Amino acid sequence: MNSLLGGKISGWLAGRGMLLVLLLLAVFLGFATLADQNPNDAEAGIGLAKTLDGSKTVLIVVRPSEEDSIFAQAIENQIVGQNGRVVEIIKGAPSDARACLERLQKDGVKLDAIVCNHFTASWSIFENMATKFSGLGDVRIVEPASYRWPNFFKRDNLVNIVNQIAVIAILAVGMTFVILTGGIDLSVGAMIAFSAVLVARLIRDYGGGVDAHAPALIGCSIATVGICALMGMFSGAMVACFSIPPFITTLAMMLIAGGMAYLISDGQSIDRVPESFMWLGRGSTLMRIPIAVVLTAIIYLIAHLAMTRTVFGRYVYAVGGNREAARLSGVSVLGVLVLVYTLSGALAGLGGVVMASQLKSGAPTYGHMYELYVIAAVVVGGTSLAGGEGKITGTLIGALILAVIQNGMNLLGFDSNTQKCILGGVLLLAILLDGSRLKLIK
Amino acid sequence: MNTAALQQTRLLRMAGIVKTFPGVKALRGVTVELSKGEILALLGENGAGKSTLIKILAGAFLPDAGDIFIDGKQLKLQGPADSRNAGIAVIHQEFSLVAGLNAIENIFLAKPIQTYSVIHLHQEYIRAKELLDKLGADFDPRTPCRLLSVAQMQLVEIAKALSEKASILVLDEPTAALTPRETSRLFILLDQLKKSGMGIIYVSHRLDEVFQIADRMQVLRDGADVVITNVNSATQSQIIKWMVGRDIEQSGVSKKEVPGNVVLRAKGLGNGVKVRDVSLEIREGEILGLTGLVGSGRTEVARILAGADIAEKGEITMEGRKLNLRSVGEAIGEGIFLLTEDRKNQGLFLRRPVHENFSIASLFRFACFGIINKAREIKAFLSHRDSMGIKVSSPFVRAGNLSGGNQQKVLLARWLERKGKVFLLDEPTRGVDVGAKEEIYILLRKLAANGNAILLISSELPEVLALSDRILVMHDGQIKGEIKDVGNATQELIMELAIQ
Repeated sequence: MNSLLGGKISGWLAGRGMLLVLLLLAVFLGFATLADQNPNDAEAGIGLAKTLDGSKTVLIVVRPSEEDSIFAQAIENQIVGQNGRVVEIIKGAPSDARACLERLQKDGVKLDAIVCNHFTASWSIFENMATKFSGLGDVRIVEPASYRWPNFFKRDNLVNIVNQIAVIAILAVGMTFVILTGGIDLSVGAMIAFSAVLVARLIRDYGGGVDAHAPALIGCSIATVGICALMGMFSGAMVACFSIPPFITTLAMMLIAGGMAYLISDGQSIDRVPESFMWLGRGSTLMRIPIAVVLTAIIYLIAHLAMTRTVFGRYVYAVGGNREAARLSGVSVLGVLVLVYTLSGALAGLGGVVMASQLKSGAPTYGHMYELYVIAAVVVGGTSLAGGEGKITGTLIGALILAVIQNGMNLLGFDSNTQKCILGGVLLLAILLDGSRLKLIK
Repeated sequence: MNTAALQQTRLLRMAGIVKTFPGVKALRGVTVELSKGEILALLGENGAGKSTLIKILAGAFLPDAGDIFIDGKQLKLQGPADSRNAGIAVIHQEFSLVAGLNAIENIFLAKPIQTYSVIHLHQEYIRAKELLDKLGADFDPRTPCRLLSVAQMQLVEIAKALSEKASILVLDEPTAALTPRETSRLFILLDQLKKSGMGIIYVSHRLDEVFQIADRMQVLRDGADVVITNVNSATQSQIIKWMVGRDIEQSGVSKKEVPGNVVLRAKGLGNGVKVRDVSLEIREGEILGLTGLVGSGRTEVARILAGADIAEKGEITMEGRKLNLRSVGEAIGEGIFLLTEDRKNQGLFLRRPVHENFSIASLFRFACFGIINKAREIKAFLSHRDSMGIKVSSPFVRAGNLSGGNQQKVLLARWLERKGKVFLLDEPTRGVDVGAKEEIYILLRKLAANGNAILLISSELPEVLALSDRILVMHDGQIKGEIKDVGNATQELIMELAIQ
């Protein structure tokens, strides 16, 4: 009876266990990061201005920051639209506000309202307005209403989570292919450094440096990804043709790629790249979703379809599930192995280009230890290290779990060393919850 | 003690054993009794509950209900160690040997001959050699097990059980991989063990063996006892009827009279010591039987023809064209297919769904620019399922969950869908129950009738005699004889050629 129940539970969890972990983490962080939210954007400004429909003369007080300026501008536009008048916009410190208020009082201006945000409204200058500045008339101090909402579930934070994990998530796709065939690719971390340095150097030396145009940038990026693919192909050929264990082959490739990254860059960071190169890593689309996130989503969609709907996917599962049976069924085991390592190399190259773009430079220290995070994401996602079992969707969930844990610990204010310890513990817990291991406990 | 007294002593009693798996009631109150000095044959189709019963006895499963007594004392089996300590030795179909260790180390794995954890290597060697000699083994006990043949590994398993001084020996399909000579040697040994007071439970699909060796038999069907009887009071056809619950015609397949042109011809194939100067030809519409002892080189010949191994010498021609096969893929392209003898390790993807197992060799048929049209794939599988009678509730069931016979049918369907000319079938009915066996026979006949050339490799001589149009007998890597007049051939004639 025990094994019956165990079988059912593990069968259910095998597909959904990690999704459950992800949701539980999100719920926990939702409660743990619940805080007062004080909106300070254009939308909040417009909303606030609408409540002042009857007010004719208005003073706006904000801090001298870009964010506050946008807020103030939105209010001004709205008030003018409502036939009101904005006397002045003060962008500065409390002393600026005091000087302005004194000047207005001297000029005999009557104010209906002073519009602030949460920060300026709490300045002590605005206390006891009626006695201090009685000449201004009956002045209301208004600010946008605050509300309680988890910091974790703020839109910017959610987008940030995906953006931060984009590089690891992209690499994890290639790693999933490799692990599904029963292999491993340790070289991807070093490949990030190699790729980042290579693309930066190509742009500096051949693309036109800081004045490089888009076609040159695209060309350099494609060339870099292609060279990384060739290096992956070389690993794959060693694994497939000479039956060298993947662990050793890719360990060697890790050393080669890591060393070459230092040679290409002379151990320095290469940053003579144009601003426009940051489009890939830091740019956003119309809906304020980062390009890197869109790119990751597209790669996952293609990979998922490839694994579930194409001959390639079938062959990968076949080679990983039973290599001899695959060979005797006429599957080109050699071809499949070479292809998965090539793809892993290419995706590592792409990850390196994205990282160089995010950081607007290429340095040989990038991607240090990333291979381990990538493998962790794949394994947490339910892919068996023995090969033959696993899903791309699982890897996506695995990568998100890593990202959410890191993000959550940042929000809760853990220092980076504590974060590592907790991350390790959570990894073990997550793997324990995996369906296939539940059977062992039974 | 005389035999009658031995019979009186009840060694093992399993009473009212119940075991349920998700969706299946594997055992519904089975009772098994075994006396000292007795061989009990446990019969039943695949899925009848024999394996479950054995695994409970081995301590691998805990029963949901029921009691186990040994020598009248109730036994609580919590794990395999309890079972072994109680003197029960179970030899499963899938061996539990450590491939990297040698025969001696495997035999004494659980209970080494030791003093303060220091192993007496020489004593172990002598004892192992003694045991293996008794079993008629002809290999050095220092050989690593991964280098041993299936038959030799089984001898190591039996030696291991003997070394642990088991009082109850359970053998699951022990002769499936043994040669006739090794089988008869095993039977002599089992008889000796029986006379020395051991109780033996013998699970087999081969009814003739049961008649030869067992004292009593117990037939299981759908997890329940059907009948328990003395061997002498039942006939073979009666037993088959008990097992499958219906009447089936035994080997009632007709043969085709006139074979056509030569499709595949091999000349002077040679590869190491396993294959030496083998020449053969297979004709259109013909079933060519290839038999001989295990290890005689039959499988190796088939692997060369299928492109799985590359021969050092010889040439292969297909319909007059010379072939230069470098890979399985090339052979498949020519329409030459191999059904391997090792279904689980070389044929199936056990954790993948059945439909994927079926379509792996002909995916291009269902794919357009590399994208698989799953609907067409499933449809093709379902049509094979219906025409071959594959018992599977859905195409998405994992292949590992199917019974042996249905797994074999899925593998056959894999090649039928691909549509070829030459089918190399290595032990197509190994580990397949009686009902499915008969269906596979009919299928092979139909395949030949449609003009395909079939090479049937089998150790079961009645099967070879019943199906083949012509028989080749191998010994020691060479073809020792050809039997053209199969109608008048006998098992004795084949054995003569096979042993020589």
